[in-house]
Amino acid sequence: MKNRSRAGLDPALLRGLTRARRGPLAPSGPTRRRTLQAGGAAAAALALSACGVGGQQRDPAADANFWEGRERTGSLRWANWPLYMDSERTQIQQFTESTGIRVEYKEDVQEAASFFGQIQPRLANEDDLGYDLIVLPNGFELAKLIELGYLVQLDHARLPNFAEYAGEIYRNSAFDPGNRYTVPYASGITGIAYNPEFIDREITSIQDLWDPAFEGKVGMFSDPQEIANFGLLATGATPADSTPEDWEAAAEKLREQRDSGVVRAYYDQDFIQPLTNGDLWITMAWSGDIYQQNSEEGTNLEFVIPEEGATLWTDNLMIPYTTQAPVDAIELMDFLYEPEVATGLTEYISYISPVPHAQEVMLEWAAAEGGGERGEALAAMAESPLVFPTEADYQNLHNFVVLPTGEQEGFSSLFQAVTQS
Amino acid sequence: MSAALDTGDRAQAVPARPPGRARRRTDWGRWYTWAVLAWLFAPIAFMVVFSFNDPAGRHNITWQGFTLHWYANAFAYPDLNEAMFNSVTIALLTMVVAGVLGTLLGLALGRFGFRGKQLTNLVMFAAISAPEVVLGAALLSTFLMLNVTTGYWTTVVAHVMFCVSFVAITVRARVITLDPSLEEAARDLGAGPWTTFRLVTLPMLFPAVMAGGLLAFALSIDDYIITTFVSGDVNTFPLWIWGATRVGIPPQVNVMGTLLFAVGLTMAVINVVAARRRA
Amino acid sequence: MRNRKLTPYVLVLPAWTWLALFFVVPIGGMLSLSLTTGNVITGFQQTFAVGNYADAVGTYWEQILRSLLYGGCATLVCIAVGYPVAYWIAFRGGAYKSTYLLLLLLPFFVSFVLRTISWRFFLSDNGVVLGTFKDLGLLPDGFAVLNTAPAVVLGLAYNFLPFMVLPIYAVLERMDPHLVEASHDLYANRVRAFVHVVLPVSLPGVFAGVLMTFIPTSADYVNASVLGGTHNTMIGNVIQTQYLVNNNYPIAASITFVLMGLLLVGIFSYARALGTERVMEVHTS
Repeated sequence: MKNRSRAGLDPALLRGLTRARRGPLAPSGPTRRRTLQAGGAAAAALALSACGVGGQQRDPAADANFWEGRERTGSLRWANWPLYMDSERTQIQQFTESTGIRVEYKEDVQEAASFFGQIQPRLANEDDLGYDLIVLPNGFELAKLIELGYLVQLDHARLPNFAEYAGEIYRNSAFDPGNRYTVPYASGITGIAYNPEFIDREITSIQDLWDPAFEGKVGMFSDPQEIANFGLLATGATPADSTPEDWEAAAEKLREQRDSGVVRAYYDQDFIQPLTNGDLWITMAWSGDIYQQNSEEGTNLEFVIPEEGATLWTDNLMIPYTTQAPVDAIELMDFLYEPEVATGLTEYISYISPVPHAQEVMLEWAAAEGGGERGEALAAMAESPLVFPTEADYQNLHNFVVLPTGEQEGFSSLFQAVTQS
Repeated sequence: MSAALDTGDRAQAVPARPPGRARRRTDWGRWYTWAVLAWLFAPIAFMVVFSFNDPAGRHNITWQGFTLHWYANAFAYPDLNEAMFNSVTIALLTMVVAGVLGTLLGLALGRFGFRGKQLTNLVMFAAISAPEVVLGAALLSTFLMLNVTTGYWTTVVAHVMFCVSFVAITVRARVITLDPSLEEAARDLGAGPWTTFRLVTLPMLFPAVMAGGLLAFALSIDDYIITTFVSGDVNTFPLWIWGATRVGIPPQVNVMGTLLFAVGLTMAVINVVAARRRA
Repeated sequence: MRNRKLTPYVLVLPAWTWLALFFVVPIGGMLSLSLTTGNVITGFQQTFAVGNYADAVGTYWEQILRSLLYGGCATLVCIAVGYPVAYWIAFRGGAYKSTYLLLLLLPFFVSFVLRTISWRFFLSDNGVVLGTFKDLGLLPDGFAVLNTAPAVVLGLAYNFLPFMVLPIYAVLERMDPHLVEASHDLYANRVRAFVHVVLPVSLPGVFAGVLMTFIPTSADYVNASVLGGTHNTMIGNVIQTQYLVNNNYPIAASITFVLMGLLLVGIFSYARALGTERVMEVHTS
């Protein structure tokens, strides 16, 4: 928070204010729940809306002394996305070797929204999730978890590696200033990718996504935040500082794009296949996917950060407040920031590491390999701006729009009206 | 796949038809049926072919070369194996439980008049018309309310819930068209209700029971949304794959799909052999 | 006799218990949720906000109508494609009837994600199907199937075809093939024989098939999201988004009940038109 220099509303402050105001009014969940449990099935049906699916904000004061007297338990459970660590679980093995803590690793996160839908009622119910560590992107779900008070405030005294090795931009995120609740796991750029087989000019601007020459061949993302960012950049606004008027203008611009027929469809995540086979010529895209596709399948897809800028997103590690092993979890968090560990992870997932130092380590590894298939791959990766963006790239990368949860829905609806017509 | 299809075809070439129906014209119906089957199998062919693909990267979408590597390493992802195992066992359990409950329900609806019958119809139709996300969320709340930890068994419960109606509707359609006099005759001959059911009713219902059971199996093994809500920390095949699409689906998924498919085909072949023996 | 009266209740009891506990109770909770106001942070208060329903219909009538249209088209495709198949298996399947049924369902043992990826592969603009036709000059270069309304309808029909075939088969299977043969002699032509002998018997099966295709296809969201393009959103997608992304549970629940209500009204009036006693009621005497 201390480093925030951008003008305008400080989201953290805003969140603090809203929470304070709402605090006393928030229903006291568990007590109410227990009284209702005594009732029969009919009562249960009526009570459903009041407890299971409804939200309950926790009082953050309850966590003031969270870390006091907490000890290692010797094991922890981690929910991550499939294929977000190699199948040998190298980093976990290293962690267990070095600390003796066993890790139960589950590839249980398939989609941020449905994962939230699945854990939120259980957290409201004060139930153990079965996870001590989870990974979620910096979307609205994360904002809700923070505002609901469902995440453990991190004890930075226990994160020495993070303090030493985390890149500057990764400790100053707009969605969690000062890393109070999260630390990054991996990041990526949302930019523009195009297939030079079909497009024979250089793409430099977001406006190219509006070019009628690409009729029916443009792909956009369906995620309201992602597409909003591009609409905002296209209309000359900065996502993180945008106002409701900017949103309206951006939505109008996107609607115009849709109705002109250039957009083929709005994609969740699987834009690679259509881009490779020519169903799409140009699309919003994630850097890591393009890097993998090119390096591993020999395609020549181009990825650009347009002159208007692109956005940086982050998948983050966090601890739910019902954890059974917070100390073990935070130790693992910190362990992932050891440069050697971070490098190994990056080599597998080929997204951006929050540890810039990994680039040097990777080059050292490449040199140690002395050529060979792996050595070449490592060297190529270490030099790719898609995996290790340059300083100039970072200058051109924007944060997402950060909103208090009360405004999220209006914002989403505006852009969903574009994508879900 | 083609080998097994041939088996079916050969088997069909030696039909056990009643003499009166043997005709010397083209059996357009068969051509049509096989054409429809070809349509249904087209995406499976793609899956099978790409299980032999040798992609350099994580996106198994363009043909790169033939390899058996993925078969040798079919079980390289422990989570995927477990997910597959869960999916199959949950689907089998669902098939059995929903099959029994649905058959009884379908029998009652098709054969008897009773109070609350219209209401039962209404509930059944409502159960298949409710969007999955709403069902899933509502069920999760209920489980929480009942203080049940979600996991394997809650998934089975949920799958049975949405499959029962499909079985019941299929069975009922058959019951309506059956002649109740057969059962009456059995009873007149002194058979008790259970004996009548076992020896007369059930065999007559069997095609519908089997059809309903298969539908339940297919619905269960393919379900994604409801399962995400009620499966707790239990993973299933569709869940794992859906998550993997974000990074790229490994060829092992195709291999597992192919193996599952091969098991189904083997069952079909066994079926053909058994049918031949009977004939 | 007393025993006989109890029989139906004994038969429905297990399924009823299951559906009551795991469907009626949860959906009752949803009904109550649809009348609340609030948000996920502060919780939802019961205010009997009937306005939620007006909002739902007012905002999403277009997607609702489109869903019924797509569902209806997919159901027609299923009847057209599935009836002959069910007929042929039932009368000509011989000893291999069950094998054919198994084959029919086999593709669905493989996850929808894989099937979807395959469809994208097959229907791609320059793929094995369209690419070939374009190379032969039979289709214009700009022709596309993927991300259009027909792709969504065909996807729906594909996924629910067995749900049409199986019940029709289950009903036709009991007919004596000799009876059908005999009818060919009785009536002047095969069409009339079919209309007078086979079709009436199969109607309950068709009805069951329509139930099991029209209802779930209208509420589907997967096909529209992976095979559709712009302006192909179905109401299932909206519900999904409202629930999972926006956490606007009241609106999601309201749309759900509007959709379910429309489907149930449609189904019951269809049953009436078809002759209720024929397809739904007791077949006594």
